Amino acid sequence: MTRNRTFFVGFAVAALLLAGIVSYFADSDPDGLDSVALDGCTVVETGGGETLEGDCIAQHAQDHPLAEGPFADYTVGGDDRLTGAAGVIGVVVTLAVGGGLFRVLRRRPEKG
Amino acid sequence: MTGVQTTLAMHVSDGLLDARTSVLFLVVAALGVAVALHRARRDLDDRTAPLAGLVAAFVFAAQMLNFPVLPGVSGHLLGGALAAILVGPWVGALCVTIVLVVQALLFADGGVTALGANITNMALVGTAAGFLVALALRPLAVRGKGGLAAAAFLSALVNTVIASGGFVLEYGIGGQGGVAFGTVAAAIIGVHVLIGLGEGVITAVTVTSVAAVRPDLVHLLRGTARPLELRTSPLTGGNRA
Repeated sequence: MTRNRTFFVGFAVAALLLAGIVSYFADSDPDGLDSVALDGCTVVETGGGETLEGDCIAQHAQDHPLAEGPFADYTVGGDDRLTGAAGVIGVVVTLAVGGGLFRVLRRRPEKG
Repeated sequence: MTGVQTTLAMHVSDGLLDARTSVLFLVVAALGVAVALHRARRDLDDRTAPLAGLVAAFVFAAQMLNFPVLPGVSGHLLGGALAAILVGPWVGALCVTIVLVVQALLFADGGVTALGANITNMALVGTAAGFLVALALRPLAVRGKGGLAAAAFLSALVNTVIASGGFVLEYGIGGQGGVAFGTVAAAIIGVHVLIGLGEGVITAVTVTSVAAVRPDLVHLLRGTARPLELRTSPLTGGNRA
């Protein structure tokens, strides 16, 4: 079915472009939940990174157990110039996991 | 003191909820996902299964795209309403769940013990709320492009606000820190109304774009293009070719 294929390829290309290229233009400010969690604190730059001073929800956040992973924070090995590559990897992995799961779950026409 | 990481996505980190609450919502999420896995089967066939995988990938991509909502504050798509309109609520809930699991395990975005809370808020509660609004507005949506855009916009807006309400509830049950519940609730809901406007626009554009080329693939519009299409009952075996 070429009609199907054209549509599906177009959808996949759109996702890859968004994650691979448009992602460089994303706003890097904290999002709604993060910014509320930071209410009451000031972010202080120190030699070893950033710390929070004051009283806020985000002070209770623990470091992510996989924070040292190869793609942590949408980078490749901590290099945020490679956010687009991390995004493309994410799209491919999500497509593989989702595509696989939904293929297994789908109703198949009975034969015979 | 904890290191601050600027993350790209609006997810609960580990440590913001106490252990008891985290476990409670892991159980809630597991039950919800189990139901969705069961119910999703009847919405998935050879035609819709590939679309569902692509919807998950698209939601992942769109979640990376934070847009400004206030000075110093951003927001991004959650995707539950978008997915539910395109592939149905059960498959849609699974799409968002997959995205959240990939984000937490591969990109360290959203906590691991907080995964239950994040799935409950964004994949289950938000998706359900968004889909119910879309269903209520279906008579409007089937009228044409403008109606579909309006229905998609409103269902996405509600999806975002209700999903953020999930965090407010979780914070009320077992949030860490001394910030007053009312303060957190007002701030979270307020900023997510703004984020919901952005989510509404993205959802309306995406859904109408798909409907422009393949209206037959849009779950919410199903049955309108071919009104006589029969659906087989799961009790009789569903041997539709």
